Amino acid sequence: MSSKKYLNLSRRQVIRGLLATTAFGATAKFGTGCTPSAQTTAGAGGASPAAGGDEPMTVGFIYVGPKDDYGYNQAHAEGAKAIADKFSWIKLVEEASVPETTAVAESMRSMIDIDGAKVLFPTSFGYFDPHILKMAAEYPDVQFFHCAGLYKEGVHPKNIGSYFGYIDEAQYVAGVTAALTSKTAKLGFVGAKPIPQVLRNINSFTLGARSVKPEATTQVIFTGDWALPLKEAEAVNSMADQGIEVVTCHVDSPKVVMETAEKRNMFCTGYHANQVALAPKGYLTGAEWDWTSVYTRLMEDIKAGKSVQSGGIPHILRGGLKDGFCKMSAYGAAVPAEAKQAADAAKAKFMDGSMVIYKGGLKDNQGKEVIPTGGDLKQQDIKLEEMNYLVEGVIGS
Amino acid sequence: MTAPAAPEVLGWWGVPLAILAGMMRGGTPFLFVSLGECITEKSGKINLGLEGTLLTGAMSAYAISYLTGSPWLGVLAAGVSGVGLGLIHGWLSQQPRVNDVAVGIAMIIFGSGIAFFLGKPFIQPSAPPLPTIHLGDWSSIPAVQAALAISPLFVLGVAIAPLLKWFFQSTRWGLFIRAVGDSPDAAKAMGISIFNVRMLSVVAGSFLAGIGGASLSLYYPGVWTERISSGQGLMAVALVIFAKWNPMQCLWASLLFGGAQALGPALQSVGIKEGYYLFNAAPYILTLLIMILTCSPKRTLTGVPGALGTDN
Repeated sequence: MSSKKYLNLSRRQVIRGLLATTAFGATAKFGTGCTPSAQTTAGAGGASPAAGGDEPMTVGFIYVGPKDDYGYNQAHAEGAKAIADKFSWIKLVEEASVPETTAVAESMRSMIDIDGAKVLFPTSFGYFDPHILKMAAEYPDVQFFHCAGLYKEGVHPKNIGSYFGYIDEAQYVAGVTAALTSKTAKLGFVGAKPIPQVLRNINSFTLGARSVKPEATTQVIFTGDWALPLKEAEAVNSMADQGIEVVTCHVDSPKVVMETAEKRNMFCTGYHANQVALAPKGYLTGAEWDWTSVYTRLMEDIKAGKSVQSGGIPHILRGGLKDGFCKMSAYGAAVPAEAKQAADAAKAKFMDGSMVIYKGGLKDNQGKEVIPTGGDLKQQDIKLEEMNYLVEGVIGS
Repeated sequence: MTAPAAPEVLGWWGVPLAILAGMMRGGTPFLFVSLGECITEKSGKINLGLEGTLLTGAMSAYAISYLTGSPWLGVLAAGVSGVGLGLIHGWLSQQPRVNDVAVGIAMIIFGSGIAFFLGKPFIQPSAPPLPTIHLGDWSSIPAVQAALAISPLFVLGVAIAPLLKWFFQSTRWGLFIRAVGDSPDAAKAMGISIFNVRMLSVVAGSFLAGIGGASLSLYYPGVWTERISSGQGLMAVALVIFAKWNPMQCLWASLLFGGAQALGPALQSVGIKEGYYLFNAAPYILTLLIMILTCSPKRTLTGVPGALGTDN
């Protein structure tokens, strides 16, 4: 007996050691034991999606916050629900409030291993590096779709697709509506952080407003993080004190901004999802994501046997109003006919593809020319995704 | 740039007004939590779990207000939920060889976990908020009217502060709490039950902290989300230390913190572009500064309950 060698250990010590080993194994989720077997099942299932038929397919969605936050997560959750309702062969698994830490890697792993998910939508920006990258390398047969423009051809695993919308087009139309509804064209924008996506929304909102009222200004307040309800409320209150008439935002959940604006008798335009219920008097319109159309198309492609790793689905999916990646909320009661007309005209130009938001000769709010004259930047232009300036008419930095 | 001079444009006056309004709006949860912690610490126990209590209070208040349509019932529910958490903390932290700071940290996690778990269905709906007292109706400026629309909870908190000071100074019960906090042995000799006094103090403190949560979700900012407290419960605990366990100073410190929170957004709105991260950090910088100013290696803090943080 090998235990003879350890006879000088007390029984208590042996039991302790056994317990500790068990606990360690449990917390590590028997990682080494599970992974290979899961990979073989995934490998066996890899061929089946192409077979079609009514075979059920598990699709996983992971959100960084609650699913009904009137914001980013709700927009995605609505899309997830829509595809689950539409296609009876989809089995939807969801997990909300997953932080951008190794927690998301564990969520993905259990969705794949336990629920047998073949397609994953980890929706938050910060999930990508390193969590999605690691999981995608580990499970080459599972397709990962990430919402943001971070995918790099050749660098990242082939089974990752990225999709993102030019929602600043909708912000442009909202800017037109806001400027024409207000008397003084003093607009406000509550931003979380000065990163390119936020700056682009601020700029497009402002350019939309200035396209119909050249004297329009947008006061920007950055709160510093994606969800700081108290700061967001303070920001809207300070804007109200400064006589700003219309406020919009780019934060995770616009609920506080909309409700505070309504309390202060301001107008507001929404973001992420439809917030008219929060501000029935002051809600003008809003820039909403339309993930339902994007997810429907993706799932139809996958059902037809296409996959992102075989190249049947492009790695980078982008689109704006025209492609159904985003949409406008219905106009609120306060919007005058003239504003509706101008906004509809702008929208029509996006729909036929003739609209250019970032025209050559554009100046930033320091008076510096940021786009050379004659060098119009189309929406698809990669330069716009590195935006680090605020255009003329924006107050703030 | 001269905008058309609309009567509601305040310009630079917006900053002091925002700070004043922020004191009353944002200071209310600080006030309740710090007064609650003041009672608890006077009895010689620390309750770090008030961060979790604040969240649970905010959630219960919002949920009950939404389900019953009565915000005042919500406030009561917030207090009751605080009592529940207080009972757990009060009992656990008084077990032999149990450290109250460790229990407090567990209670932060427990309180916030239970609030997130039960609060899921209440993120989306809008609950009826508490009515406000309009002190600004004399003014024709909407900004002033909005700033002076104060919460009845704030008035309540301001009233509790001097009451508490009187309670500690001049009542028999106040003396019991101070005795237990300063010298448990003497209290025991007086025939006071240390366990009961501490239990009641922790529960009373948690009750107040729960009501602080109600002020977050039913008054300002007036929503229930998982990020609603953003550390205010913990800051309020720190605030008790530099208020030197004096309820009146808790009041001033809470007002200061509420005002500091409003500083960042207000300065940006008048066009101060630089350093908004710094202004947004104002409450935290303030905490550090006051800690540095009030701490000295040469003497211990005045007013600290003698048995605070010890094992008996």
